[in-house]
Amino acid sequence: MTANASTNAKIDASPSGMQEVEKRPKNGAEILIQALHDQGVDIVFGYPGGAVLHVYDAMYKNPIRHILTRHEQGAIHAAEGYARVSNKPGVVIATSGPGATNLVTGITDAMIDSIPLVIFTGQVATNVIGSDAFQEADIIGITTPITKHNYQVQDVNDIPRIVKEAFHIANTGRKGPVLIDLPKNISTAIFDETKANVPDEVYLPGYQPNYKPNYLQIQKAIQAISEAKKPVVLVGAGVLFADACDELVEFVEKYRLPVVTTLLGLGSIPGTHELNYGMAGMHGAVVANDAITKSDLIINIGSRFDDRLTGDTSRFAPEAKIIHIDIDPAEIGKNIRTDIPIVADAKEALKALLKNDFKAPDTAEWIDYLNKVREEYPFWYEADDKEVLPQQIIELIHKITNGDAIVTTDVGQHQMWAAQYYLQNHSHQWVTSGGLGTMGFGLPAAIGAQFAKPDKKVISILGDAGFQMTLQELALLKEFNLPVKVIIINNAALGMVRQWQELFYDGRYSQSLMPVQPDFVKLAESYGIKGYRIQTIDEAEKILTEAINSDEPVLVDCRVKQLENVYPMVPAGKALFEMVGVKKF
Amino acid sequence: MKRVITVTVINQSGVLNRVTGLLMKRQFNIESITVGHTEQPNISKMTLVVNIEDDVKLEQLIKQLSKQIDVLKVNDITDKSIVLRELALVKVVSPPNLRLEMNAIVEPFRPQIVDTSKNVVTYQVVGHPDKIDAFIELVRPYGIKELTRTGVTATVREVQQSFYESAPLSLLK
Ligand SMILES: Cc1ncc(C[n+]2csc(CCOP(=O)(O)OP(=O)(O)O)c2C)c(N)n1
Repeated sequence: MTANASTNAKIDASPSGMQEVEKRPKNGAEILIQALHDQGVDIVFGYPGGAVLHVYDAMYKNPIRHILTRHEQGAIHAAEGYARVSNKPGVVIATSGPGATNLVTGITDAMIDSIPLVIFTGQVATNVIGSDAFQEADIIGITTPITKHNYQVQDVNDIPRIVKEAFHIANTGRKGPVLIDLPKNISTAIFDETKANVPDEVYLPGYQPNYKPNYLQIQKAIQAISEAKKPVVLVGAGVLFADACDELVEFVEKYRLPVVTTLLGLGSIPGTHELNYGMAGMHGAVVANDAITKSDLIINIGSRFDDRLTGDTSRFAPEAKIIHIDIDPAEIGKNIRTDIPIVADAKEALKALLKNDFKAPDTAEWIDYLNKVREEYPFWYEADDKEVLPQQIIELIHKITNGDAIVTTDVGQHQMWAAQYYLQNHSHQWVTSGGLGTMGFGLPAAIGAQFAKPDKKVISILGDAGFQMTLQELALLKEFNLPVKVIIINNAALGMVRQWQELFYDGRYSQSLMPVQPDFVKLAESYGIKGYRIQTIDEAEKILTEAINSDEPVLVDCRVKQLENVYPMVPAGKALFEMVGVKKF
Repeated sequence: MKRVITVTVINQSGVLNRVTGLLMKRQFNIESITVGHTEQPNISKMTLVVNIEDDVKLEQLIKQLSKQIDVLKVNDITDKSIVLRELALVKVVSPPNLRLEMNAIVEPFRPQIVDTSKNVVTYQVVGHPDKIDAFIELVRPYGIKELTRTGVTATVREVQQSFYESAPLSLLK
């Protein structure tokens, strides 16, 4: 690897040397970097190694902003965070073998949550592929089930076309991760422009996502909506990916339709909007689950009826007709029977619905009912003067940031509390791992989000356990002076696991307590980041205000009550109307 | 229920892996799969025979396959007029004294003898998989030494017979 690296080491890296570079023939690595520029890529998250040395060398000569994370998993979650808030594809580079396999969790996460990513992995040279060469991994085989598509480049002249196709596939239709595996010898091979076959417009005969809704289906939907007495619009991330939030709000206001969202659909309509009845599902609001249960018409826009949303599917929305709008035809009818399927982009479908003026359903009574349920069954906790409650911390964060911050979370109890108590004002300010539930996601995702929106306040709400899965990325906060606010909801436990063990395993806390933790404040300080600690509720507001209003990265270790549970809850396998931990006020 | 599904794909490396991997991931039970080139360059066709529980699962299978970038077309041809064919090579123990008898018995299946040795005959039999099953049952008592089957390939007939037109002709009704 050193020998190869030194062969190209003499090229002038200064911008004035670039003219010269332009004239001589280019190798695959240089073409790759050029292709990224052509795609308008402004940031790449990655980690170098032997098989991508040429790519990194090309990047040195033709600079593209590259963020060196401390682990490849950090790079891919950062790219996901970037993609979520910018609504543009995230780009990742890793070397062959272990570099590539370290991406697997993030790729799976992006696949299940439909996050557009383009991922480049190095590969051993084509003449040794299949020989168990040093740092060889069959990343195409490994990622086939977890990518929307993948490519192994076999010919240097294919690079521009493949890159163009990859961005197209990742960022159209139902979005998702696309991986390009680049053997080392292809990155050094000389590119011949006359043999590159790059179409102006990508045309893939086997990939023609349908954006425009079918006219007749829209008419059927309109009729069903007009006739409904208890309609509910269920919103998933599809609305955010389609950038259809304005249309959504216009539509539901025009026809006075109550809205509930999935975990990933949060932010599609402001958290405090009068027609927003909150998140539905396992830890959703009582009113949201009740609305679904009593509804006579569910209008699902861009949600895939995940089991955490539906509970027992056979008893989901038992009285409702179902309209399902989704860009991915395979989602329609997969989990829940559908009466009116509409394969379309959420924005196009909403526009089509808005274009028709139709008779509004009479929802006044239904809305009155829901308002009453919302008032009687809010999220609740019982404050305690001895210990800080995690919910109180989230409420304070909400108060201090006015609901305007970008919030990233990890996975577990704190994630659910953040979803319940951090009411968001805008779209694209909520970054969480939904379908895969990937611990270790929150901190690197916050880094990517902050790079995407340097002027926005980014709050990363993490569990003490999940934080420790990717805490090495703290180094980036210091290195790039990213003013991310890392808030650790520290219950010295794998809280969500502990909760299930308390409720369903008679309190046998098998491997879910973490009595020994590092001193998180000192840990932050060792990374050159200011650390705070909150131990009482009396000091919480002052410390959080100071920390959040700081212009610098900070970490706040919030010592919270260990035995607090997330309620209400639909136990696994139960129906949405079988929630426990419900309290009437 | 058994369904015959054809999948037209771009002949890219990895496409077979994508299709079979998908079937495995989504827990579909493949009975047979065949692949080969078509009349168009760079386009291959797979014929799958799968066991499927219900219509919802069948719809999922078709949609999930269609979603693959390199998949051009997916057709469930089970309920059409189709030609289904499979080839089997069957090595049967056949001592010289029984050979004439055997050849007479298998005659209606029109197998070809593609190899012989002192005590073994290799038959090649082509036809609908049911016919091959019947052939195998027929020769089983003589002792099957080895059996290989290609799996089913299929094509849709040019003239489709409508179910409603053909039904009155049925002797059972
Ligand atoms: C990578 C990974 N491993 C295991 C799990 C299972 N799991 C879900 S929540 C959870 C506990 C998380 O604890 P912590 O990060 O402290 O958050 P808390 O629930 O306490 O808020 C675990 C282990 C997971 N989601 N992801």
